[in-house]
Amino acid sequence: MKLNLKIWRQKDAKSKGSMMNYTIDGIDGDMSFLEMMDVLNEDLINKDEEPVEFDHDCREGICGSCSLQINGEPHGPDRAVTTCQLHMRKFNDGDTIVIEPFRAKAFPVIKDLIVDRTSFDRIQQAGGFISVNTSGNTQDANAIPIAKEKADDAFYSAACIGCGACVAACKNASAMLFTSAKISQYALLPQGQVEATERVQNMVRQMDLEGFGNCTNTGACEVECPKGISLENIARMNREYLSATLKG
Amino acid sequence: MGILDAKVPAGPLADKWTSHKNKINLVNPANKRNIDIIVVGTGLAGGSAAATLAELGYNVKTFCYQDSPRRAHSIAAQGGINAAKNYQGDGDSNYRLFYDTVKGGDYRSREGNVYRLAEVSGQIIDQCVAQGVPFAREYGGLLDNRSFGGVLVSRTFYAKGQTGQQLLLGAYSAMNRQINRGKIQPFNRHEMMDLVKVDGKARGIIARNLVTGEIERHSAHAVVLATGGYGNVFFLSTNAMGSNVMAAWRAHRRGAHFANPCYTQIHPTCIPVSGDHQSKLTLMSESLRNDGRIWVPNKKEDSLAIREGKLKPTQIKEEDRDYYLERRYPAFGNLVPRDVASRAAKERCDAGFGVNKTGEAVYLDFDAAIMRYGREKALTSGHKDPTDKELRALGEEVVEAKYGNLFQMYEKIVDENPYKTPMMIYPAVHYTMGGLWVDYNLQTTIEGCYAAGEANFSDHGANRLGASALMQGLADGYFVLPYTIGDYLSNDIRTGKIPTDSPEFNQAEKEVRDRMDKLMTGKGLHSVDFYHKKLGKIMWDKCGMSRNAKDLQEAIDEISALRKDFWENVKVPGTANSKNQELEKAGRVADFLELGELFAKDALARNESCGGHFREEYQTPDGEALRDDENFKFVSAWEYKGEPKDAVLHKEELKYENIELKTRSYK
Repeated sequence: MKLNLKIWRQKDAKSKGSMMNYTIDGIDGDMSFLEMMDVLNEDLINKDEEPVEFDHDCREGICGSCSLQINGEPHGPDRAVTTCQLHMRKFNDGDTIVIEPFRAKAFPVIKDLIVDRTSFDRIQQAGGFISVNTSGNTQDANAIPIAKEKADDAFYSAACIGCGACVAACKNASAMLFTSAKISQYALLPQGQVEATERVQNMVRQMDLEGFGNCTNTGACEVECPKGISLENIARMNREYLSATLKG
Repeated sequence: MGILDAKVPAGPLADKWTSHKNKINLVNPANKRNIDIIVVGTGLAGGSAAATLAELGYNVKTFCYQDSPRRAHSIAAQGGINAAKNYQGDGDSNYRLFYDTVKGGDYRSREGNVYRLAEVSGQIIDQCVAQGVPFAREYGGLLDNRSFGGVLVSRTFYAKGQTGQQLLLGAYSAMNRQINRGKIQPFNRHEMMDLVKVDGKARGIIARNLVTGEIERHSAHAVVLATGGYGNVFFLSTNAMGSNVMAAWRAHRRGAHFANPCYTQIHPTCIPVSGDHQSKLTLMSESLRNDGRIWVPNKKEDSLAIREGKLKPTQIKEEDRDYYLERRYPAFGNLVPRDVASRAAKERCDAGFGVNKTGEAVYLDFDAAIMRYGREKALTSGHKDPTDKELRALGEEVVEAKYGNLFQMYEKIVDENPYKTPMMIYPAVHYTMGGLWVDYNLQTTIEGCYAAGEANFSDHGANRLGASALMQGLADGYFVLPYTIGDYLSNDIRTGKIPTDSPEFNQAEKEVRDRMDKLMTGKGLHSVDFYHKKLGKIMWDKCGMSRNAKDLQEAIDEISALRKDFWENVKVPGTANSKNQELEKAGRVADFLELGELFAKDALARNESCGGHFREEYQTPDGEALRDDENFKFVSAWEYKGEPKDAVLHKEELKYENIELKTRSYK
């Protein structure tokens, strides 16, 4: 199929960017979206133009590197997939596709479609861990039984890949789905209880410092999340935060 | 040719590690604060090592090319992690895990290292659970296990099909705690361009900031390389697009011997190639072989009809199917080790029984499992006289709970529903057992330069068993390297900060800059991918699942010529002093073009078949690998001498004192 692409080009963080038009032909439905971008780049290189830069790595939907706002939606029109797992069969011959970076104050553009998501790392560094040293003397893994439902729920929260689609989908550029997923994982497990109060306070504080907006329960994040992280996590984080505030 | 000493401690196998730990030197906590360690790579091995070293009190700098340590390719590991916990009471033990691993590796791994790996495996699970890693559990609240290829027990711990992700996020959280304390300084979007040696010791690295293009100098008292494997030398593999051999290869060029480069794991269950545009291959976890049955039609005309779209797999009667693994290997059936399963798939496809358009695919069928689980679920939920349709629905629920994300991934890529139609799979490059040669302490042949995880060669011999890569990465990072490195660093407590303005740093930086200039000023005939794809095709056709002397010699000549062509004619757009993904790729492909030739040279020199290394000249009458223990019971460690063709072979003789060398049989 033949496609018209409108792509955000920006030389570096300091330069002003703009949308550029490209046409591309010979795209097969079995290609992934990023393979389509590979074809475009090969084309540009052969024409002595600079290829379009975008983040990507595992190309199997788990590393969270790839981003892209495609026709206004993070990771494009398909549900429960990252851009690397979006296939061209979701598009039609002659379509115009608008490709932009994830837009948020806390995700500044580095180049073209690449954004800086280190604000996510800093939120995790503020408290997204359990303080246990590698001693080799921790108690036996089966010493604390955990109900399967709780363990499964903790897993579903922990499945977040940190891609930032939730932020890009949100009209307030809120990172509450991301932050709450990590807080929930630990809140659901007995291991996470000891530091629960400090964790939620520190992570929420960092989230605010980074310039992410607040949650107004629109739910766009949940719809666009490639891993199906649920809004329940945000509710759980709010409960945790309230109880931490009461405890002081 | 030299003989290498692995420095495996004396004494009974089960006591080696404990007595070694008791004897090695330690660094006192106050002195650790004066010692810097660089860790390159932040996957399971690098992330866990960095966190543990920082906990111990060392100053750690981590480097990764991704934008966050959380994205290292360990994250893509699906199936699970082995540990000899014997929670299932099915006869597991440290010895049995050791035995399975050595046998699975076709008797080409080092006994002392493998036993240590088995010994610490249980602690890994304890540590990860304490960190809040949400492993799968049974209804009673205890940890669940499943079975993987090449073993007769259930010792694999898992978190759905995302075990690597959960373990990596565990290591990442441990790193974050240390970053928060200021004990780890993370350098993300940075690539190691060279290793710096001062007085023969590794004392730092030259790194490129991938955002600004700046070249940076970083010094340390020791350098740990945990940069994964080199499967991307094949262009198409299940590795991430950025996975590369640069750090390991730069260390090799500085004097670290490269061991067994030809030992590559071709994983049997990957989604087949769909066309020329393909940029990478996707794995379908080995755990699927717990329940999936692998087959092809037993009549060529049926295979042909399927390829032409005239017949569907579900229309093929039971008696017209060839469950070839169950037929050839009744004891292990669908759960034979990966090398055996891959070769068997290739054999059937080469014989004309393949089932997709290209004839390079076999079926992985869940129908029997769905019905079996359906019956079990019906019984336990008191469902009387269920119809076939109801059984199928119940069974699909169970299968979804176990493998849901894998089935979804398959459907997204292939556009077929694997609950209704069997999956199509074919082998693909997945893991490299070869890597930097290390001794028992995980030190390379450069003093102060260590290698951990897939980047070293030590534990898997000629073939790795499923769910053992995660085990090895975390064993090295959490429990081995942080202790053994102390023995070396105990000599450095008075050294003080290593300066970065020495002639050695100047020289290393100059070489890095010259090399980049050379890449930027090629004649500009072909893109980097053009060369990478050509290299990949040579590797797959001539150094892939089966190899012979003629092909390997041709591969050596072709890769050498391709490398020359690359350096003259490659086209790298943009500039070196800014973000430039093409330049990043060019540097990586340049190193693959050297490694690929050494790979073929190593495969040509090893005149036997073992594990993932199958030489057509050396096979039994029924097509199984034929080892030559008399002449090849050694590790090949290659010393860099300029061109790959000049590399010099050193041997580490493998001694088997606790295990009897036998012909590997899974029949």
